[in-house]
Amino acid sequence: MCDLNRKIYQTEERKDPFGQDFDINDYQAVSAPHNYIEDLKALPETDKTRMIQAGIDTEEAKSSGTFIQKDTSIIHAHSLQEGLEIKPIKEALEQYDWLKEYYWKLMPINTDSFTAKAHTDLHNGYVIRTLPGHKVILPVQACIYMEKEGLNQNVHNIIIAEEGSELHIISGCATSSHMRKGLHIGVSEFYIKKKAKVSFTMIHSWAEEMIVRPRSVAMVEEDGLFINNYICLKPVKSLQMNPTTLLAGKGAVARFNNLLIAGPGSKMDIGGRIFLKKENTRAEIISRAITNGGNIIARGALVGEVPGVKAHLECRGLILNGGSMHAIPELEGRADGVEMSHEAAVGKIAQEEILYLMSRGMSEEEAISTIVRGFLNVDIPELPSQLKAEIDKAVGLSD
Amino acid sequence: MLLIEDLQVKLADKEILKHVNLEIQPGETHILFGPNGSGKTSLLMTIMGYPQYKVTGGKIFFQGQDITNLPINERAKLGIGISYQRPPTISGVKIKQLLEFCTKGKISSEALAEKVNFSEFLDRNINEGFSGGEIKRSELLQLMAQDAELLLFDEPESGVDLENINLIGNTINKLLQREFKIDANKSRREINRERNKMGLIITHTGFILDYITADKGQVLYDGVLTCATNPQQIFKCISEVGYEECIRCAI
Ligand SMILES: Nc1ncnc2c1ncn2[C@@H]1O[C@H](COP(=O)(O)OP(=O)(O)OP(=O)(O)O)[C@@H](O)[C@H]1O
Ligand SMILES: [Mg+2]
Repeated sequence: MCDLNRKIYQTEERKDPFGQDFDINDYQAVSAPHNYIEDLKALPETDKTRMIQAGIDTEEAKSSGTFIQKDTSIIHAHSLQEGLEIKPIKEALEQYDWLKEYYWKLMPINTDSFTAKAHTDLHNGYVIRTLPGHKVILPVQACIYMEKEGLNQNVHNIIIAEEGSELHIISGCATSSHMRKGLHIGVSEFYIKKKAKVSFTMIHSWAEEMIVRPRSVAMVEEDGLFINNYICLKPVKSLQMNPTTLLAGKGAVARFNNLLIAGPGSKMDIGGRIFLKKENTRAEIISRAITNGGNIIARGALVGEVPGVKAHLECRGLILNGGSMHAIPELEGRADGVEMSHEAAVGKIAQEEILYLMSRGMSEEEAISTIVRGFLNVDIPELPSQLKAEIDKAVGLSD
Repeated sequence: MLLIEDLQVKLADKEILKHVNLEIQPGETHILFGPNGSGKTSLLMTIMGYPQYKVTGGKIFFQGQDITNLPINERAKLGIGISYQRPPTISGVKIKQLLEFCTKGKISSEALAEKVNFSEFLDRNINEGFSGGEIKRSELLQLMAQDAELLLFDEPESGVDLENINLIGNTINKLLQREFKIDANKSRREINRERNKMGLIITHTGFILDYITADKGQVLYDGVLTCATNPQQIFKCISEVGYEECIRCAI
């Protein structure tokens, strides 16, 4: 990274703590602009297909609004529902003075070279906000799309659910079918206020040579709920993230669900950290990871800071076709009376299960894929049925 | 027809079936007795095609075809089905999914489940947290969906309460086309002649004999089938004098 950055943001001369090291200067942070598209039907078919794979329905049949950023340009942003705001972040920063209270307020700019980069070279990103008391049940679709070969795309998103509101976001990230190599940096800050409910389902569908560094922090206030689902079933060169959630109000709840498949050559280092800072907060991290010849590090950390909190971490991994998996579950209790547990298991598909299904007539391949899909079939309560259907689709449980 | 000729099987380098000869004609049902560890389950698993049961000699024919080296799913497709003694749990895969696979969507899973009082289990994961009796009902339900020709039952009544024994007994009868139904147009003999389903049932308790009029009983002892006669008679003999008597037949 450039010296100027280092000086301004005091990011130390060090390797980034996680993930593979590479030279950020191998990627260009500029690309030709793309035109704004009023009607999504005008999108090229090839783009539509790729977006659908990342959970974005360009027909908008069942969504409450859509945001699409292509390379460095916003090509679509609008809300279909009252009480829901969807805006490009650069525009929002100019328009709303109050946004300063949210911009870089949860995530320190100098977290690492990627956050610093997202500040100095910001392209755009979204602000999605639900107004107090508004329940937006249909999901908002937010798509971050990359097309330019070798692009370093820098995105900053802010999600705000005001008091008593409800918001569901499908955030699909995808690359165009001919793109191979690129670097995506995405900073996200979530503000889930009192009694608000947010689900954020991120579906990644990257090119095989992509380097991806999402950086996110969420804060959940009293009796708020945050469901954070992450699904990445397509190969990617290097993907590293460790989203953090602060349960900052009494009775706040966070659930993380990570569903991962790492194909040959894919390196994934995926975690999740939840800090339980107030009484009666609850947290759960569920991770299901399959390496199909790739390498996965599945982290999960729960920190109970006060008495009367409950947290559970479940990390299960399957190793197929010579991959490797490192499960790192961490529990830290900082007070009497915390209730925290974890279970972790790394293994292979039981031969007995394959043979059982084969004795009902399935071929070996059918049996394996049935078991693998079953492995990824995590019941996520509190999600609207539409979103459940999207997740099932992404995981291949239905077509 | 199932025909087993001088079958020898090794499991983990241990000889478990020594010289097994067995013939089940279309429409016939046999009962298989034998002490614990005598190899009954092994025989069923070998017929089904489990690869860890290594056939070291002899042959298995089904419907005239040599199936000795056929993979499990090919045997299932030919019409061999099994109700397991101890089936595995498969997390994340629902009973309903498996039923739909077996019936290819031709028969309603709900209607089938109702028959074995299993409707509320359709959305449960296969065998996850099932009680002993529930496992048996689940296994029978899958056999119903498969519509197999040769049905292998490994202790279908073990762990089943007295009320459900009735259900299990009647379901097996139905699966083997042995239920006693009065048909104005057909005599018993005609009904029996039309029957083609074959059954091989392992039992220790003999409860199942109260429901099923089997054609033959067999005793597996020390890797050999020693006795082939009326199942009631065998059961009575085992109950009264134990398997000791079978050794004498084996010699
Ligand atoms: N994986 C294994 N390795 C070694 N021996 C085994 C293995 N599995 C089973 N056996 C042995 O093979 C023998 C036959 O077992 P099998 O399950 O066929 O008996 P069974 O007649 O069905 O007994 P039960 O009435 O108790 O169900 C037993 O002695 C058993 O311990
Ligand atoms: Mg047995």
